[in-house]
Parts: sequence; C-alpha cells; structure tokens
Amino acid sequence: MPELIRNDVVIDDTFAEAFGMRATAVIITADTIAWARQAAVTMTGFATSVIACGCEAGIERALDPAETPDARPGVRVLLFGVSTSVLEQQLVMRLGQCVLTAPGTACFAGLDGEERIKLGAAIRYFGDGWQIAKRLGGKRFWRIPVMDGEFVCEDTTGLTKQAVGGGNLMIMGRDRLSTLAAAEAAVSAIASVPDVIMPFPGGIARSGSKIGSKYKALAASTNDAYCPTLKGRVESALTPDIGSVLEIVIDGLTAASVRAAMQVGIGALVECGAANGLIRIGAGNYGGKLGKFQYPLHELLP
Amino acid sequence: MSATIFTLKETPPQRCDFSALIPGRTANVDEMERIEIQTTKERLRVGDLFRVTPGDEATLRFEGGSERFDCVGANMSGGRIEVIGDVGQMLGVGMRGGAIAVSGNAGRLAGAEMIGGRIEISGDAGDLAGGPLAGGTTGMRGGVIHIQGNAGERAGDRMRRGLLVVGGRAGSYLASRMIGGTVVCFGEARTLPGYLMRRGTIILGSRAEFLSPTFINTGAHELVAMRLLARWLIEEGIAGGSQLAATMRRLVGDTAIDGRGEIFLPA
Repeated sequence: MPELIRNDVVIDDTFAEAFGMRATAVIITADTIAWARQAAVTMTGFATSVIACGCEAGIERALDPAETPDARPGVRVLLFGVSTSVLEQQLVMRLGQCVLTAPGTACFAGLDGEERIKLGAAIRYFGDGWQIAKRLGGKRFWRIPVMDGEFVCEDTTGLTKQAVGGGNLMIMGRDRLSTLAAAEAAVSAIASVPDVIMPFPGGIARSGSKIGSKYKALAASTNDAYCPTLKGRVESALTPDIGSVLEIVIDGLTAASVRAAMQVGIGALVECGAANGLIRIGAGNYGGKLGKFQYPLHELLP
Repeated sequence: MSATIFTLKETPPQRCDFSALIPGRTANVDEMERIEIQTTKERLRVGDLFRVTPGDEATLRFEGGSERFDCVGANMSGGRIEVIGDVGQMLGVGMRGGAIAVSGNAGRLAGAEMIGGRIEISGDAGDLAGGPLAGGTTGMRGGVIHIQGNAGERAGDRMRRGLLVVGGRAGSYLASRMIGGTVVCFGEARTLPGYLMRRGTIILGSRAEFLSPTFINTGAHELVAMRLLARWLIEEGIAGGSQLAATMRRLVGDTAIDGRGEIFLPA
C-alpha cells in the first residue's frame, strides 16, 4: 500500500466499509441538563452494537432550552437498527424502561419525516386509562400520569431509511495510553458533528472484531490481524512499532454525516501527530463485498 | 393578487344564507353575483347586495357585515374569508380548512361542528360556539376558534377535538358535555363550566362563578403540558398565551358521569 503521511502519521490507503441502516431520533428534556443526560445515558447504555444489543444508540448532542419543544434543557438521542420493526421495538422498550422512569423527563420526536414510528402511542397504556391525548398544531402528545406528575411524550417520531452505520477509524499507536489519548481527541472532535453518534463506550471500541471464528457458535471473534500481542504469530496488519490499536465506529443519519465525522476525526488525529505516540490511521472493511458505502481515507485528509 | 371584494350596498332585507359563496368556488365575477343567498321566497342575489370587485378567488373580503349574514364560510375547505363587520349564526359551520376572520361579532353556533381550519372573531360570539347543530352528537371535531371578546352560553358544547380560545368572558355551561379537545377562557366563566364533561381540558385563566362539586380538586401542579400549550398559543399569535401559569390547580371531573376531563384554574 502506498503510504501517505501527515504530521508524521501514516494514513493507510484503504477505505471504511459501512452499511445502510434504519434510524430514528428523540429529544429527551428534563428539569436540568443533568437529569436529561442521565435518562439518555440509561437509555443508550447497553446499545453499543446490533450484534447483541438490539440497536446502536447514543447522545448526538445537548440542546439549549431554546431548542426544545418545552423550553427545558435536553439532549437529542439517535438510535440505529437493522430493520424498522426491531428499531421500533428497541425504541419503545428503552423509552418505557429508561426515559419514562427518569425523574421529570419528557420525550419528543427528534426527527421529522413522513414515515413514523410509535413513541407515546406505544406506551400510553401505562396510564391505565388515565392517560390524556392532546393535539397541538399538527402534533399529538400523550400525558401519562406518573408519581412525579405527568410524563409528556409525543405520539410518534420520524424514521429514516437513509442512515449509515459502521463508518470507522482504526487508530494505531505506540502504546495503550498514547493511543487512547489520540482516540479521545478524535471522539471529542467528532462529538461536534451533527447527526452522528459513536455507539461504543466513550465512543471507542478496544475489541474490534472480524467475521467468523474457529468456534462454530460464534459469528464474530477478535480481529487478530490488529492484535498487538499476536504480531508476527498471525497474518498481522501491524508493523513492529505498533503497540496498541483502538477503533472509533460512527453511525450517522446520512452517508454525508458519516463522511463529515470521519473527516473531522482524521483531522483531529493528524493534529495529534506522531509526537505523542500516534503512528498510523487505518479503517476496517470487508473488501467492499458487504457494505453499500465506502469512505476512502485518502479522500478525507485535511 | 388581492382579495375579491364584496362591498355592501344596503342593509339586507332578510336573513341571508352565504353557504354557496365560499373561496375557490368560482373566479368569475358574474357567476359570483348570480349566487342566491335568500332564506325566504324573495330571491336575493349576491349582486343585489354587494358591489363585487374581482380578485383572487381564494380570498373573499366582505366590506360591511350584518348580523343577518348566516352560514358565512359554511363547509369551506380552504382559502380565506374576511368580514369587516358582524356576521349572523353558523359562521364556518362544518368548516374543513382555510381561515375566516370577522372584525365584529358573530351570532350563535359559530364554528359549529367544524372539522378543521381557523376562525378568528374580534368581537363577541353568541351561544354554542364550537358546539353541535340541533340533534348533533358532537360539537367541533378539529380546527381552532379564537373569540377575542366574550362567548355566550355553552361554548364548546359536546366538543370532540380542536381548540377553542375565549379572550374575554364565557357564559354559563362552558364546554358542557365535552368529549375531548381544549378550551381556554382567559376571562371569568359563568356558572358550571365543564358540566357533564367526559374528557378534554378546560383552562380558566381567571375564575368560575360556580364550580360543580362533582369536580375533584387534585391540587396545584406544574405541568410540562401547560408549557407546550402556552408556547403553541404564542406561536399561533393568540394573545394571552404567556399568561398561562406554569403552576395551576387541577380539578378532575365531571364525576357525575365518571368523567376524566379536567379544569385548570389559577393556583
């Protein structure tokens, strides 16, 4: 592979391969930003990968009171799934167990659009007959009596079939801590890109996977080509100087938003430079055989 | 393009039925002038009563109104009607869409059984605004009625859905037999608002002359729903939206019929 170098960091001439997904968004408000965040973190906590969590979800950004329907502090949460039915099921389950239960919250649609999925329409029955529907302008809301007052929840939210999941950056460094510092810088930069989330813990995955396993029961297993303790023992993608690898996975409401996030991420990594242990930037793909979307790294350089 | 203008030439000699004269009906001035609006056996045409100035057929402007003008905007589904003056009864009856603005007063049954659209009355409205017609099972089922002045008795009677706002006072039995929807009354409501209501929301910005003991006081509450309503009223340009307090006293009823409606009052 021809090498491209920026600020002494090698950027692999490869591409990230990403997949079409369904996605939706909600706005969670509360009396304070802390409580809105808490509800959102609880809702999206176990949503790192569709492999075993049902959906991938995260906080897209915090919202000012001026930006929310009830003029209270809030956050916007994005959820991604492989199908509409699974996504709807996950949304409703998480709404009911994590947002409804959090003190002082309200929940509103976070995405416009003709295609809708149920929000309040699905959990209104919790009100046991005491729930109230209200129509204001073109929107419908449910008011469900709860112990701290009422849980207000919009009837439906929008759904998009144009979402993309699996945009990614592989960050290769000299050792674990310096690689982590570079990855954190990239996550911090990508957080300001609209319409994207990074579903893994803190935005970072340390256990990238490959398809297949020697064990029949497992669909995926450790990406040994990128495991530093196996350098030379397996067909490794790593050079001897690389001591640690971390991956950032990006899901976005549009292909363009994923591209923007990757570009911002690469920019932040290049700015880190090689001085503090960052060695190489790569990306994961399946030879272009599985995903519909491709993001060549060399097109995204600063 | 400006509105089609109907300038009133004389006081109407009889009550008139305006249901055939709605926006979008025809662009042709001659056809408009030939529309019959009599309610007795004495024929009366639009052209007899008005001088018509051609304009956009989707906007009709009546310069000069009368409390004898009935069914203005009846069943309209789009466009706009403006009346500089009063109208009679059944303003916008059965309306589905579009907007009507009356600078004076309206008679009884304004917005009766309307399904959508918006009615603005700068003056007062008679009894049964947003209510059912005789024998009807529901009142308004959608849309917005904004009465800037006072409403008569039984405004919002048997209301099913939609929003009715009274800037001034409301007569007795406001939103009697309410089924759903929202009524806001900024001035005083006379006796027994929400009489026999089943569901729906009544918000009284001031007080009620007499509240039925069949309504249960659940105390004062600070509700997000009130913020949403206040904000929506402000966005719709309905004055008084910002007056709705975040904390209000909530009464549930009418328990006389096991109702689960609510009346809000200042805390």
